[in-house]
Amino acid sequence: MRRLLIWLPLGMFLVFLVVFAGGLIKPEGRVIPSKLVGKPMPAFALAPALPGKPGLSSAELANGQPHLVNVFASWCVPCIAEAPQLRQLAEAGVPVYGIAIRDRPEDLQRFIERNGDPFRAIGGDPNSSVQIALGSAGVPETFIVDGKGIIRKQHIGAINPEDVPGIMSALGDAK
Amino acid sequence: MVAALLLAFATPVLADSLMPAAKYADEQLADPAKEHQAKVLMETIRCLVCQGQSIADSNAEMAGDMRALIRTRIEAGEKPEAIRAWLIERYGDWVSFKPPLDGLTWPLYLLPALFLGLGLWIVSGRLKRRRKS
Amino acid sequence: MIAEAGLAALWLAAALAALQLVLGWMGVSSQRTDLLAAVRPVAVVQAVLAGISFVTLIWLFVTVDLSVALVAANNASTKPLLYKFAGTWGNHEGSMLMWVTILAVAGGAVALFERRLNERTLIATLSAQAAIGLGFYAFLLFASNPFARLNPAPAEGQGLNPLLQDPGLAFHPPTLYLGYVGLSVAFSFAVGALVTRDVGAAFARAMRPWVLGAWILLTLGITAGSYWAYYELGWGGWWFWDPVENASLMPWLAATALLHSVTVLATREGLRAWTVMLAVVAFSMSMVGTFLVRSGILTSVHAFAVDPRRGTFILALLAIYIGGALALFGFRVGTVREGSRFDAVSREGSLVINNLLLSAILGIVLVGTLYPLVAEAVTGEKLSVGPPYFNSAAGPLALILVAIMAAGPIMRWRRDDLKATLTRLAGPMLLSALVLLAVVLLAPGIGILPLLGLVAAAGVGVASIAPLWGRNLRRTPLYIWGMVVAHLGIAVSMAGMAAESAFTRETLVAGRIGEEHRVGPYSVRLDDVQPIAGPNYTAIEGTVVARRGNGAPFTLHPQTRNFPSPQTETNEAAITTLLDGQLYVVVGRSDDEGRWQLRLWWKPFVTLIWLGGALVAFGGLLSLIGRVRREMRHAPPRETI
Repeated sequence: MRRLLIWLPLGMFLVFLVVFAGGLIKPEGRVIPSKLVGKPMPAFALAPALPGKPGLSSAELANGQPHLVNVFASWCVPCIAEAPQLRQLAEAGVPVYGIAIRDRPEDLQRFIERNGDPFRAIGGDPNSSVQIALGSAGVPETFIVDGKGIIRKQHIGAINPEDVPGIMSALGDAK
Repeated sequence: MVAALLLAFATPVLADSLMPAAKYADEQLADPAKEHQAKVLMETIRCLVCQGQSIADSNAEMAGDMRALIRTRIEAGEKPEAIRAWLIERYGDWVSFKPPLDGLTWPLYLLPALFLGLGLWIVSGRLKRRRKS
Repeated sequence: MIAEAGLAALWLAAALAALQLVLGWMGVSSQRTDLLAAVRPVAVVQAVLAGISFVTLIWLFVTVDLSVALVAANNASTKPLLYKFAGTWGNHEGSMLMWVTILAVAGGAVALFERRLNERTLIATLSAQAAIGLGFYAFLLFASNPFARLNPAPAEGQGLNPLLQDPGLAFHPPTLYLGYVGLSVAFSFAVGALVTRDVGAAFARAMRPWVLGAWILLTLGITAGSYWAYYELGWGGWWFWDPVENASLMPWLAATALLHSVTVLATREGLRAWTVMLAVVAFSMSMVGTFLVRSGILTSVHAFAVDPRRGTFILALLAIYIGGALALFGFRVGTVREGSRFDAVSREGSLVINNLLLSAILGIVLVGTLYPLVAEAVTGEKLSVGPPYFNSAAGPLALILVAIMAAGPIMRWRRDDLKATLTRLAGPMLLSALVLLAVVLLAPGIGILPLLGLVAAAGVGVASIAPLWGRNLRRTPLYIWGMVVAHLGIAVSMAGMAAESAFTRETLVAGRIGEEHRVGPYSVRLDDVQPIAGPNYTAIEGTVVARRGNGAPFTLHPQTRNFPSPQTETNEAAITTLLDGQLYVVVGRSDDEGRWQLRLWWKPFVTLIWLGGALVAFGGLLSLIGRVRREMRHAPPRETI
């Protein structure tokens, strides 16, 4: 027994060493994915974020067609970077819906004028409540939702040009 | 270690919006009992943007919005643990600083007892031997 | 030229460390006295060379030699002299050089002044110290050369992050480093004693001042760090159980346990193997702490400049030193004689329980900190372990620990009577009962941990003075005073934590200029908010007038600062310290309607937390002075506490 106790510290240390080495190879991830992927879109109804453009509600989204829900904001810098890709997707016929986080109409108007408007509708989420209900941890994030209203995929961060094919194929799968 | 240590506590400004904080982000509930419930819950919910802090002591806007959400729901009569469960449903166990007791975390809860037990066993073994001689 | 001279000195110091290791190794194994005799001077010269190298770097910083890459990246000619100076260790390379210099100087000091330990054990100790030094020299020379040149030299340096320009921060890191190095000396002593199978009272007495010194510095470092978090974060919290905080707490817990077990070894020749083990654990905790904050494997509140390559290097050193020491422990400890016997109810018995509880708390903190990492690696699920877990797992153990702390010092060595001990504690226990009654009656509904904390603090506070009862105070040895003051400090700190947790009053409002708000016994009015410009930031500054009842009003000036590069916002809380607590005021942003966010806290007796910490460190200092004086007076000394 005493022999076992004597070697116990070294054994424990080796276990910790493995943990440390594992941590170096794969540090604690910084990205917090939504747990709603694979589950239905939560129910919400957001007022229009821009005058003259429709708002967004979960009921309207459940129309049998796969679509993208883009969580964005005019004050978010990476959102500017992903704007061309969203336009490209919209031009390819993908329905793109926007949820504008903590935004004011005048700022949003300027953002749309400068970066184009790929959105069929934009709901304003002034206190991030729908964002939180979606399990989204920041802007921009894009949810790929199928025709039955099930969230199929979550893209965290800006959509870069190389991400577009993947999103297109995910949309194809979501049919 | 040092240089970095010195950077501590600086909250990076993550391109904040121009909107003011939501009601109840930085305002208390009128009922002290409910505010206390909300406060206790907020201290155990992890801020999504700043990562290391609880939403009760974070300057991030999203933390403010989560505080507002929690206060609003508590005000409406919801139980704190129901709100925690609702958040975990969306963000996973990561969002709660209080690890649940389940198949993944039982070692964590067994640990204190295990350490004490092992220690007491070693000590008591020695004392007995001593008493005999 | 100067930079090259510094680099040359560093290379020479590294070569001497290698020589010191080899000479010591050969001397100890062959018992050749000429080899043994050569080690001490080598250690001293190595210390001098490392010192020259570090002074060279300071010189380069103070004179702002921009042809040196490190200086150009971290310094600017416009900086105040103090920060040019402190900037030397305000970066990775400089801080590593400082680390290794302190290590070498500590080794030199051991070589110069340690005269009572068996010569072979001492040389083995110096060899172990050289081995540690060698690893860090290699780290510096191959992976982070502080003297690398920049060609062409820039016209101006990039300056130091404005947040680093704080006098407290300039001296906080060296404090922690000195603490870590002190533990490395204790580690070397343990390795030396294992190598020569010489684990006894002389070894314990030689190691004790180093442990004590390291522990004092770690106590100061943690106390200062906690206060810093309290005023800088702007939400009134003082401890977050954050990985980086835990990284500094773990060596302290191990050093505290070691401090107590080394006393048992020095006085009663007991706990031999355990003390050696703890010395290894204490240093490994400093290295684990350094690794955790440097490698970035955990997410922390504290935004750290991390680099996985450096993490790998530190991990390799950790594996070599600690793995090697533990393997040596496994092979050798079987031959270490068992210590003297003692009864469960005795001073030794209480110290054993102290060690047991401290180790359990250490284990909880370590595993709790690392658990998310393991869980994610094994299952891919992310989870968080935070304050609720640590408080409920470690809190009760800490309470028992503090209760034992009241009994231990008044118990006799070897064997005592439980009844007699309890009789001696009758006064403190009565006081505890009274406090319990008073708190339950006057402040019903406070949490169970704060309640027990207040009760224990009162009883333990009185009990900690008990060792002085019936003594001639002027003839009481200094180290007894040290123990009394340190234990009292723990009680004081605990009272502060419990009071803060139980009685804090919080008011969060969006208020207009001129409105009155209440927080605890105070009425607080925001009189004005003005934009101001600092040297490298812009800020808004509030003028807040507070007043207690009909007392005289006083003014506070909280700020919210915006630093342009890197873009950072900090809350500078305005804190007014009163005899019975602190008023803590933060002004945040304004809303559309011209209302300002105000965060107000009244925190009764919160200052006791850090006052207690300072008392603990002061007690340690008294004890250290007492021990060292005693050692110098009686050689060889006889222990009779």
